[in-house]
Amino acid sequence: MLAYSLRRLATAVPTLWLLVTLSFFMMRAAPGGPFDGERQLPAEIELALQAEYHLDEPLWQQYGRYLGELAQGDLGPSFQYSGFRVSELIAAGAPVSLLLGLLALLLAMLAGIALGTYAALRRGRLADRAVMLFAMLGLSVPAYVTAPLLILVFAVALGWLPAGGWGGGGPAVAVLPVLALAAPQVAAIARLTRGALIEALAAPYIRTARAKGLPERRVVLRHALRPALLPVLSYLGPAAAGLITGSVVIEQVFGIPGLGRYFVQGALNRDYTLVLGVVLFYGAIVVLFNFIVDLLYGALDPRVRLAT
Amino acid sequence: MMRTAALLIISLWVAVADADTTLRIGNGGEPETLDPQRAAGVSTGNILRDLDEGLTAIGPGGDALPAAAERWEVDADGLRWIFHLRDGARWSNGDAVTADDFVAGLRRTVDPATGSGYARMLDVIANAGAVASGRLAAVQLGVEALDARTLQIRLALPAPYLPGLLSHPSTFPVHRPSLREYGRDFARPGRLVSNGAYRLVEWSVQSRVVLERNRYYWNNAETAIDTVVYYPTEDLNSELKRYRADELEISSAIPTAQAPWIRAHLGPELHVANYLGSYYYGYNLTQPPFRAAPALRRALSMAVDREIITAKLLHGIVQPAYGWIPPGVADYTPQQPDWATWPRERRLAEARRLYAESGYSPARPLQVEIRYNTQDDNKRIAVVIAAMWKQALGAEVRLVNEEWKVFLQNRRLKRVTQVFRSSWIGDYDDASAFAEILRSTHGRNDSGYVSARYDGLLDEAAREADAGRRRASLEAAERLMLDEAPILPIYYYASKHLVKPRVLGWQDNILDYHYSKDLRLAAAPGTTR
Repeated sequence: MLAYSLRRLATAVPTLWLLVTLSFFMMRAAPGGPFDGERQLPAEIELALQAEYHLDEPLWQQYGRYLGELAQGDLGPSFQYSGFRVSELIAAGAPVSLLLGLLALLLAMLAGIALGTYAALRRGRLADRAVMLFAMLGLSVPAYVTAPLLILVFAVALGWLPAGGWGGGGPAVAVLPVLALAAPQVAAIARLTRGALIEALAAPYIRTARAKGLPERRVVLRHALRPALLPVLSYLGPAAAGLITGSVVIEQVFGIPGLGRYFVQGALNRDYTLVLGVVLFYGAIVVLFNFIVDLLYGALDPRVRLAT
Repeated sequence: MMRTAALLIISLWVAVADADTTLRIGNGGEPETLDPQRAAGVSTGNILRDLDEGLTAIGPGGDALPAAAERWEVDADGLRWIFHLRDGARWSNGDAVTADDFVAGLRRTVDPATGSGYARMLDVIANAGAVASGRLAAVQLGVEALDARTLQIRLALPAPYLPGLLSHPSTFPVHRPSLREYGRDFARPGRLVSNGAYRLVEWSVQSRVVLERNRYYWNNAETAIDTVVYYPTEDLNSELKRYRADELEISSAIPTAQAPWIRAHLGPELHVANYLGSYYYGYNLTQPPFRAAPALRRALSMAVDREIITAKLLHGIVQPAYGWIPPGVADYTPQQPDWATWPRERRLAEARRLYAESGYSPARPLQVEIRYNTQDDNKRIAVVIAAMWKQALGAEVRLVNEEWKVFLQNRRLKRVTQVFRSSWIGDYDDASAFAEILRSTHGRNDSGYVSARYDGLLDEAAREADAGRRRASLEAAERLMLDEAPILPIYYYASKHLVKPRVLGWQDNILDYHYSKDLRLAAAPGTTR
C-alpha cells in the first residue's frame, strides 16, 4: 500500500514538470508582455522593468532560473502585483478555493446521492420526474446565471445573506457561492446515482438478498448502493478537482479572493510567474484527487484492490 | 440565560453598527501596488489619494487646493515655483513630513530604475527628460529642498497646470526610512507609512483594502469617517447587486446596459459627470487606405451618427464627441469641426462627395477593417459603425476582435491595423494631457500622425507663459488635427457612480477625485433596495 502510494506520487513529478515546461513556453509564445498597457512605457523604463524581472535574458536562461528557484520552493515575483511573491498569493488564495471547493463537493455528494437514491426508488413516479427535471436544470443552467439569481433573491430582495465579499463577513458569505458552485454537481451526481442504482436494483444478487428476507433498507443501502456508487466515485475525482480549480465565475461574481481569478487575470495580464504557479498548484490538485479516488475505489470494490 | 446572552450580543452589535463610521467603496480593479511611484491604475489612485497627500489636492469642484503645501508662489517667467510645506505635517508613524521627502518622491518617479509609468508626465520639470532617458542622474532633476519646509521646483517650460499635476500620486512624497529598510516592497500592510488622512491596515489581495484614520494627519480633527474599505469590483453587475444589498456606499461605475433601470429605480443616487476621457477610433496613417487620404478619413468620420451610439447603445450616459479634448477641461474651450453642427443629411452628402473624391464608388467600394479589443460595448459600437459606413457610403467593413494584449501590440506596431479602437484618460486637468498624445514622437500616437504644424503649435503652447496665448495655440492645434482627421472621436467618457444618500459631501468633478476625508456619513442609514 505504502509502496504503491509512493510509486504513484513519484510519477507525479515528471507529469508536473512537463506541465510547467509546456506552460512556460506557451505563455511566452503569447503576443504582448506584462508591461504593455494603454499607457505605452518609454523604452528606457520598459528596459529597466525587464531587467528587474530578468525578462531581458535569453528564454532558456529564464527557464533554467525558474526551475532552479522552483526547486527551492520559490515561485518567483508576481508581475502584476508588484511587491508580492507568487507563493504568497497562492498561500492566500488556495485555502479560499479549497474551502469553497470542498464545501461544494460535500454538499454535492450528500444532496446528489440522496436525491439520486430517492429518485431511483421512486422510478417513473412524479418524485423521480421532479428530481430529474431539477437535475437537467442544474446541469444546463450555467453558473453565471445561477449565481446572480441567487444573489438577487437571497441578498437583494430578502436581505438574508451577503451579496458578495469574503473577508470579515463570517460563515454566511460562503452560503450562496457554495450553493451556486455545487448546483451542477448535485445534478450530475443525482443522475449518476439514480442510473447506477436502478441498474444495481435489477441485479440477481439483489433478488437473492430480498429472497433471503433482508429488510429493504439494508438491501438498498448496503447491497445496491455500494456498487452503484462506483461510477459516482470515479466522477468525484475530476469533479473535486473541477470544483476547486473551476470556480472562476463564482469567484468573480461573488468577489471571492480565490485562485481562479488569479489564473484568469494572470493570463490576461501576462503575469507569467503567477500563471505558472497556479497551473502547478492546479496540476498537483488534479493528480492528488485522482490518487485519492484510486485508493477509495479499492476500498469500495475488492476486485480492484491494489494489485492493479 | 442563553436568551439574555443572545439579546446582549445583538444589542451590542447594533450599537457598534450605529457608532461605526465605515465607508465601503466599490473600486473597480484590484490595485497592482500601493507604491505611489509605481502605481498606474485608476483604482489604485483612489486608494493612494486617501493614504498619501501631495503638495496639492483637487478640491470638490476640481481646482487644485493647498494640501501638504499650505501655499506656493511662482516667478514671473513661470519657471521657478516655491512650495511652502505645512507646519505640523506628519507621517503616520509620527515622523515630520519634509521637503526632502517630496524631492525623493519626484526623483524616484523620474528615475528609469523605478519603472514608473508616469516618468514622462513630469517632463516639464527641468532635466526630467534627460533623467528619465538615463542621460542624467536622478539627483540632477530640477527639484530641491531649500529647507525642511520649502521646496523649489524649476521647470524647463512654463506649466500653469503644475499645481494640478502635483495632486497626482506619482508626485507624492516617499517615507525615506521605509524605502531604505524594505526597498521597493515597502508598500505593504505593517510597513507602509503614509502622510495622508488614512493609514493602511489590511490589504487582502482580491478581497479588500482597509484604511483607518491617521491620527498624525495635520487635519485629522476634520476627518469624519474612521474606516474606509475598498473592495475590488471587476464585475459591475455584481457590484450593483452589492450596492443594492447595502454592502457598498459608493460604486465604481454602473453596468451601461442597466442604466435605464438604475435611472428609474435609483435615480437620485446616480451621479453622472464629465470625465477626463475620450473614446475614439484611430486610423493607421502609415498604411493604405488611410495614408495621405484626409478626405476619406473625414468622410468616414462624418458618416458616423454619434447621437445614435450615445443615446441608443450607451443609454445617454455619455456625450457624443466631435472633438478630442473633453468638455470641462480647465481653461479650454472644446473644439469641433464645422460639420458637427450641420444637419445629418448635409453631413452625409458631404461624406459621399469626399468618399467619391477619394476614388471609391459602389463599383469600387472601400474595404476596411475595424480592430478592437474583445469587450461587449466595443463590439456593439463597431457593429453599428460598420453598418453606418455600409449604409451611408457602401463601404465593406470587416470586424476583428482581439484579446487585450494582442490588440495592444498590433495597435502599437501599426502593421496590420487600419481602423482601431482607442481611448485616452488624461492624467491631469489640462488640454496638454490630451494634445501631446498626438505629437509625432509620442509613444501613444498609434495613428502615426506626423504634422510639423501640429507639433509646432504644441511647442508654441509649451513655451508660452501667458495663459490666453497658450490656450489659443492648443485650441488651434486641436482644430488643425480635427481637420486632418488622424482619429475619429466617438464619445466623451463620463464618471458614473452610485452614491447612497447617507454619504454627504460628494461632489462630481472632471478628474473624478473623491477624498474620503472630505466625505461624511449621515447618522441614520438610508436603505434602498
